[in-house]
Amino acid sequence: MRAIEAFEPPPPSKVNYINAQYGLKSWLLTKDHKRIALLYLGSITFFFFIGGLYALMIRLELLTPQGDLLQSTTYNKVFTQHGIIMIFFFLIPSIPATLGNFLVPMMIGAKDLAFPRVNLLSWYIYMLGGVITIYALLAGGVDTGWTFYTPFSTTFSNSYVVATGLGIFVNGFSSILTGLNFIVTIHTMRAPGMTWFRLPLFIWSHYATSLIMILGTPVVAITILLLAFERVARVGIFDPALGGDPILFQHLFWFYSHPAVYIMVLPSMGVVSELIANFSRKNIFGYKFVAFSSLAIAVFGFLVWGHHLFVTSQSVYAGMIFSFLSFAVAIPSAIKVFNWTATLFKSSISYDTPMLYALGFIGLFTIGGMTGLFLASLATDVHLSDTYFVVAHFHYIMVGGALMGYLGGLHYWWPKISGRMYPEGWGRFAALVIFVGFNLTFLPQFVAGYLGMPRRYHAYPPEFQVFNVLSTAGASILGFGMLIPAIYLVWSMRYGKHAEANPWHLPGLEWRTQSPPPTENFEHTPIVDWEAYEFAPPEEMEVVGRFRRELETA
Amino acid sequence: MIESPAATEHIQAHPALQHHFENMEQQREAGTLGMWVFLVTEIMFFGGMFLAYTLYRSKFPADFASASNHLDITLGAVNTGVLILSSFTMATAVWSTQVGKRQTQILCLVLTLLLGLTFLGIKAVEYYDKYEDALVPGQLIPGRPFGPEVAQEGDHDRHKLHLLPGATVEHVQMFYWIYFAMTGMHALHMVIGAGLITFLIIFSVKGRYDPEYHSPVEVIGLYWHFVDIIWIFLFPLLYLLGRHFEH
Repeated sequence: MRAIEAFEPPPPSKVNYINAQYGLKSWLLTKDHKRIALLYLGSITFFFFIGGLYALMIRLELLTPQGDLLQSTTYNKVFTQHGIIMIFFFLIPSIPATLGNFLVPMMIGAKDLAFPRVNLLSWYIYMLGGVITIYALLAGGVDTGWTFYTPFSTTFSNSYVVATGLGIFVNGFSSILTGLNFIVTIHTMRAPGMTWFRLPLFIWSHYATSLIMILGTPVVAITILLLAFERVARVGIFDPALGGDPILFQHLFWFYSHPAVYIMVLPSMGVVSELIANFSRKNIFGYKFVAFSSLAIAVFGFLVWGHHLFVTSQSVYAGMIFSFLSFAVAIPSAIKVFNWTATLFKSSISYDTPMLYALGFIGLFTIGGMTGLFLASLATDVHLSDTYFVVAHFHYIMVGGALMGYLGGLHYWWPKISGRMYPEGWGRFAALVIFVGFNLTFLPQFVAGYLGMPRRYHAYPPEFQVFNVLSTAGASILGFGMLIPAIYLVWSMRYGKHAEANPWHLPGLEWRTQSPPPTENFEHTPIVDWEAYEFAPPEEMEVVGRFRRELETA
Repeated sequence: MIESPAATEHIQAHPALQHHFENMEQQREAGTLGMWVFLVTEIMFFGGMFLAYTLYRSKFPADFASASNHLDITLGAVNTGVLILSSFTMATAVWSTQVGKRQTQILCLVLTLLLGLTFLGIKAVEYYDKYEDALVPGQLIPGRPFGPEVAQEGDHDRHKLHLLPGATVEHVQMFYWIYFAMTGMHALHMVIGAGLITFLIIFSVKGRYDPEYHSPVEVIGLYWHFVDIIWIFLFPLLYLLGRHFEH
């Protein structure tokens, strides 16, 4: 196994995508998917820390039962803005727009995404949406909850609903364009020999994610547009005072926003599939099952939105069907977890930082998914709806799932992205701190919610204080843990050890070019004649041999 | 790594070939698929409004029928014809680009543009009629809120609203909001389409497109047909509903 280290990598050519051109203009007008990925990386990190600041304010307020730090109206704005920033400006673009943008062309052997200008446009649209939203927050903020339920949002709220809505509306188009670009790229730009079933699972999950982006996002776009008109011009279809039905808004909103959860978690599952296979040096167990389960999640995910409406006037028969379908969507997720576990079985696992995140993901996502089944059951949902149980559940998916995958992927591909290694010791330490901090924050919230603590209030009965103190303590650890990678990743860009072309010794296409890659990714269009995750068993080294020969001829 | 045979084709590459594509075929395929995917997003975008329409039409059938009867069916029908004709000229433009008939190509594009503008002109006349009758919902037009005159029994004034039994002015207003939202969004797409066709005409005159490279004409043609199809759905849903209540 270790014999693969014996060969000398080809001397890295000096020109790569980072130093090919200099100057602000070369970044702001770039059409290179890798540079655009870095633009996104910087922007979403900025929004992540803004969202994190709001989280900090929430946790500080909830340290004590009295509403003393923030007034109730301020608190409403704080949790709303935490949700909006984290969901629309961090989680949804997180993996697709950074790692996906960087890696989708590289993994399939293409020079760029199919539409490089559209790709750059999507970043500008994202920034425009971000600027509008930041304006709304500075002007006075918004207090409707990230869900914008009518008629509160259309009639009664005295905050900047229209400006925030406009920011989200604009931002949606960046997501649509990213999805469109990925679908076309994966269909038409694969290198010779890169058949559908040779694609890395990261690509499959991005394909599924893109389907949700293009099918779901337009619906929430038109919904928010109609909401804005309803608020401004008093014309409408949602407000009962105008003859409308507020439940229609909830249906339209969740038709996007439930699948949006899969936009956040599917790319993360793709990252984890890569990490599990590559760090246990074994072909993934049941490749086709993992690939198709991504598509199944994308399809089933569109049919379950009604479980957000169990406690509304939705018909009980619709509720039963939505409940059944919500249980059904757990099956493809469970297939993935099962196959990852089976891949780990009897493999040679190395516990590098990315793998720690991947293993963390499996546990946390399983908890998040299983507690989702409590909420998908009609009767228990009545008890748990709008409590901290829900808050804990979706943070286990969005933070425990999506964020863990994002951090794992960022570490894993960091040598390729930056050309430098991150400090492994600090990496493992931070992964551990984040894992502990995360669980300490959100496990107590399951209990508090089960005992009846409602969400979205700035004050609560004193008997819940112990859970909230634990949660705030955990959040402090989590926040501290997040700062560590932020610091050492920036540090490593200048002082990190130079990365070789293939520091993890893996067969994937992205590792068969220099680190960082040249602007056109590969010197020649590669011809793929190997299967995905084709690791040599210790006794058969010919695959390694062939890989070495290819590098020597190149 | 072995060199791809496709890489050598760059030597005599078409000037319109972008650097990241292997050949014109791949570039054309990507462009066409990209437009199809974009049209799928458009269907979902309009889909939200179609859903609202379906829901409230089934909830308020008499109100929607009364409101629909006030629309000018002649102008709507003429516009439908205009659009179908423009789709024909657009298809001819695509065909003539593919076979290299430049004169026909430019002529057809100009005709398509003119037909598109005719549609928008007729639409503007219709909108103005609705404005006159105070049928623009809510406070969309500042200073002229929704407030149509309701016709009494036996009054046949075309400018007054004739309510069927059980219909209310409030729900007629909702119909008109859906009408303006859907046709307005459609008209916006027409304006964008007209802009794109203008751009095609300019580059056609410059001789940019040939049988080797015609995907912009094809892709914008797809878009144009899509906008037509939306109207083909809008016309019966908005104009032709509930006529049987009257006759």
